[in-house]
Amino acid sequence: MKFLCVDCDERMHFEERDVPGDGTFAAAFTCPRCGRRIALLANPMETQLVESLGVQIGGRRLDEQPLELVRQRVVGREDAFEDAERPPRGRPAWSPEARERLGRVPNFVRGMVQKIYAEYAAERGIAEITPGVMDQARQELGLEGM
Amino acid sequence: MTPDFRTYHDVTGDDRSGLLEQVGRQRERVRARLADVSRVVAVMSGKGGVGKSHVTAGLAYAVATRGEGAVGVLDADLQAPTAARLLDARGPVRVGDDGAEPVMGAGGVRVFSMDLLLAEGQPLRWREPESERFVWRGTLETGALREFLSDVRWGALEVLLIDLPPGAAHLADLKSLVPALTGAVAVTIPSEESRRAVERAIRAAGDAGIRLLGVVENLSGYACAGCDSTQPLFPGDAGASLARAFGAPLLGRIPFTPAPPPADESGRVWPPPPARSAAVAVPPVVPSSLVDAFLEALS
Repeated sequence: MKFLCVDCDERMHFEERDVPGDGTFAAAFTCPRCGRRIALLANPMETQLVESLGVQIGGRRLDEQPLELVRQRVVGREDAFEDAERPPRGRPAWSPEARERLGRVPNFVRGMVQKIYAEYAAERGIAEITPGVMDQARQELGLEGM
Repeated sequence: MTPDFRTYHDVTGDDRSGLLEQVGRQRERVRARLADVSRVVAVMSGKGGVGKSHVTAGLAYAVATRGEGAVGVLDADLQAPTAARLLDARGPVRVGDDGAEPVMGAGGVRVFSMDLLLAEGQPLRWREPESERFVWRGTLETGALREFLSDVRWGALEVLLIDLPPGAAHLADLKSLVPALTGAVAVTIPSEESRRAVERAIRAAGDAGIRLLGVVENLSGYACAGCDSTQPLFPGDAGASLARAFGAPLLGRIPFTPAPPPADESGRVWPPPPARSAAVAVPPVVPSSLVDAFLEALS
């Protein structure tokens, strides 16, 4: 999907995306010439249809995780998964608040979410994962559902 | 005034979502994961309750314990998964950076099934709005099957058996995910009703360009332990009839036996059930002649 500023005949640039609630997908675009901003709001059914393919609207900023679709979408048993690798040394620490927030993620998907945040922090030299870091990662990586 | 629109391709610059590219990468992951799998075989039927999963598990166990190479079973019946139970494969599923490990079942068969992921007695449910679920459910189920293919570390296998749910359409979906599908084994019971349903499924397989490796007739009579004879259970000869009609071998007939026998036709004694659960399943027994015919069909 591309957006064209009719007045400028210019392709609009993607700015940000969000899932504001009820399954709606939102994306903001700006015209690089006149600065006009628009927002695309895809209704929940359209969003659901496309994301059922296991793809990410707005593009992938994170490699696909093993069994990503299944772990995000299936209501599964709490003890279905365990990590095959022990966490290597030097991984970022988790603040109590971040750990508490992580604890609210269903166990079925928690291991995957924890790994994504840990890698995000490690790649950026962040020593401690806090709720703020989690928010930042969600925004940058497009993890609105996590 | 109506603007003079350019076409999508006239407007230069990448499509940020790149959905087609994402789907293409998904397909490539399936291909790469199955690169070390010599043969991928679907076990199918047009009808439920004919014993597809029983045949799948029995064949997998027999081939694996004959030392014919590593064997995997992918349970594609997401709504009613049974392969893990039949092969006594138990989680949890271990997940690493490169994917999930299949769970080792009886005979060393590598198993992956939705049964490993669902709570006991719970149906498959998706974290999605309840309304209009028919619109996206099929896509999600195909996505889950794709991930079972691409995200499970199957490793080098002689054969990966895919236990399909009943119905003709699933095989075509599988073929789209696995273009190099070796072929399909059709399972029926002797009855005319089953023959008609399985015939439709085999024709659908042909339409999708899938080779029929053979037909298995399950519940092909009742093996009476007391009088050492086999009596008919259902009227009809669907197995032989389908094999003739489609020019494929009748791989074998499996009679119903009231209890798992202690040894198969070649005299091999089954391993005792593990002591972890009193209700643990013993791998299904399929006749040795069926296993021979199956391996012959693969060669």
